[in-house]
Amino acid sequence: MVNKKERHHNPMDTPRYAQVVIGCILAAATIVCLYPFLNVFAKSLSEAHAIYTNPTMIVPHSFTLEAYEYIFSTSVLLKSFAISVFSTVVGTILNLLFTIPTAYSLSRNHAPGSKLLLWFVVIPMLFGAGLIPQYILMKNLHLLDNILVLILPGLISPFNAILMRNFFWSIPDSLTEAALIDGASELKVLTNILLPLSKPIIATIGLFYAVGHWNDYFTGLYYINDNTKWPLQVLLKSIIVDLNAMNMGTQNFNNAIDIGKVTLQPENIKAATIIFATVPIVLVYPFLQKYFTKGIILGAVKQ
Amino acid sequence: MAKQPSAVQPKGTPLGHRIARNKWVYILFIPAIVYFSVFHYSSYYGISIAFKDFKPFIGIAGSEWVGFKHFRYIFEDPNFLRLLYNTLKISIMRIIFSFPVPIIFALLMNEVRNMRFKKVVQTITCFPNFLSWVVFAGIVYTFTGPSGVINMVLENMGLDTVNLTTNPDAFLPLILITDVLKNFGWASIIYLASLSGIDPNLYEAAAVDGAGRLRQTWHITLPGIRGVICLQLIMAIANVLSAGFDQIFMFLKPALYNVGDILDTYVYRIGLLSGKYELATALGLMKSVVSVILIVAANSIIRKMGEKSLW
Repeated sequence: MVNKKERHHNPMDTPRYAQVVIGCILAAATIVCLYPFLNVFAKSLSEAHAIYTNPTMIVPHSFTLEAYEYIFSTSVLLKSFAISVFSTVVGTILNLLFTIPTAYSLSRNHAPGSKLLLWFVVIPMLFGAGLIPQYILMKNLHLLDNILVLILPGLISPFNAILMRNFFWSIPDSLTEAALIDGASELKVLTNILLPLSKPIIATIGLFYAVGHWNDYFTGLYYINDNTKWPLQVLLKSIIVDLNAMNMGTQNFNNAIDIGKVTLQPENIKAATIIFATVPIVLVYPFLQKYFTKGIILGAVKQ
Repeated sequence: MAKQPSAVQPKGTPLGHRIARNKWVYILFIPAIVYFSVFHYSSYYGISIAFKDFKPFIGIAGSEWVGFKHFRYIFEDPNFLRLLYNTLKISIMRIIFSFPVPIIFALLMNEVRNMRFKKVVQTITCFPNFLSWVVFAGIVYTFTGPSGVINMVLENMGLDTVNLTTNPDAFLPLILITDVLKNFGWASIIYLASLSGIDPNLYEAAAVDGAGRLRQTWHITLPGIRGVICLQLIMAIANVLSAGFDQIFMFLKPALYNVGDILDTYVYRIGLLSGKYELATALGLMKSVVSVILIVAANSIIRKMGEKSLW
């Protein structure tokens, strides 16, 4: 990502005043991106009345952890969190177990019929049956209201398989051919030679899949009606977008008010929920930045 | 695209031999065959619902064929034109207003010499891309809601408060602005990667010839990333019928159907919520057919331009 081209400042380079203007524009864009997060974070740690008097806050006013205590005290959020963790971890492992052999097969394009294999993978990417045929299929497969529906229908992303195939292509043939001539089976070549060299692309595509699972909303919306089986994003939508703070569990919320926790309002509960959903992404963000950038560059590199 | 046949596989070997030699290629493809057959190819059978009067209790096979009845109904329905208009309008406005933002951002970033500043800007602006639209929309709602920053500022200035998320006039700007905010940082990465591939000698030569920075940008930088820009533009055009469904879904309310209802949101509503399976399937099928034509056309244009095509 680092730009290596200008090592010395030549007189025809961007003038000083222009650099200052550009710096200000970029700083403004950065602040616009950052400010909403600081604002929501501060609100999540503030008492409700302070939110109404200081809506633009970036540091908490009347500090309280009650919003967090509340969202963790209701089992609903933690249960959805557990479902999303399950679909992300197990889903990503299965995604890789299915995508790696597929990408390998696609990369050996001297094998008879290899064009056919490619089309077999590409056609589903190009032409979707549409929502209703998919829905009826899930029904017939008994995947409605079944958390496996969060994993199985997306086992192989054609796009990711092709990306990985491109990476396999970039590994010099000489490495694999020497082993093949020595009599190693192709399976050995894959597991002993290609995979150790492919750690960066496996990390990249694993992260593609993992973020996809974590942020997946529509699979849960379409196929899971039972709200005790909702993945996190579906629950979040009902709490922070449809503004049903009550979806945390009506009983609990009323009790909180009954026992006099007047510091608690939908506003700071919503803010705490948003932060709760953002933290996992923040934690893996350094890896995301590194490997996603690799992936996007790999996708853009001409074969 | 295709690699040359490798030396291990001399031409002229009998087919059976070549298949046996490559048996692992086929064995390792079995998971893909199973997966795509079960979850994709078998779902194509359900498309026949678009041409039937579907009775869930009888099943697809037993339901009666009705030809193009549902398609005729869609074309006669005034809703359809409105959906198509909204979908295309939102997509085209995205291409006009949102598409150039990451390009401009990348060009500005390219002028920054302070690496630490650049890194901080990049880290923060890329972040929202990794959040789901659910979470990002939640942030937008807390921002624009009755006790949100925007309304409080308006109130303090003595102006009337507005509810930006239920006002039909504000819908399109809201969609465009939040889309830019969530995506511009990340979308600029591909342009920055392409910018760093431009030969620095070109700039030096231009500088020797007396070209200032603006002229260099116009004559060297922009042509240098033209290929990537075209590629992104063609992909955006190929996706016009989707119009960013995952984002629209988070902001659409009944009060906004007139301006914000698009093909995909309508298919979801009439299909899964109202149970009009035939109409939803027919509409989805038309969308899929047009999309496939657009993508195939886009791919062949990309290929003609000498860029890396999708397949």
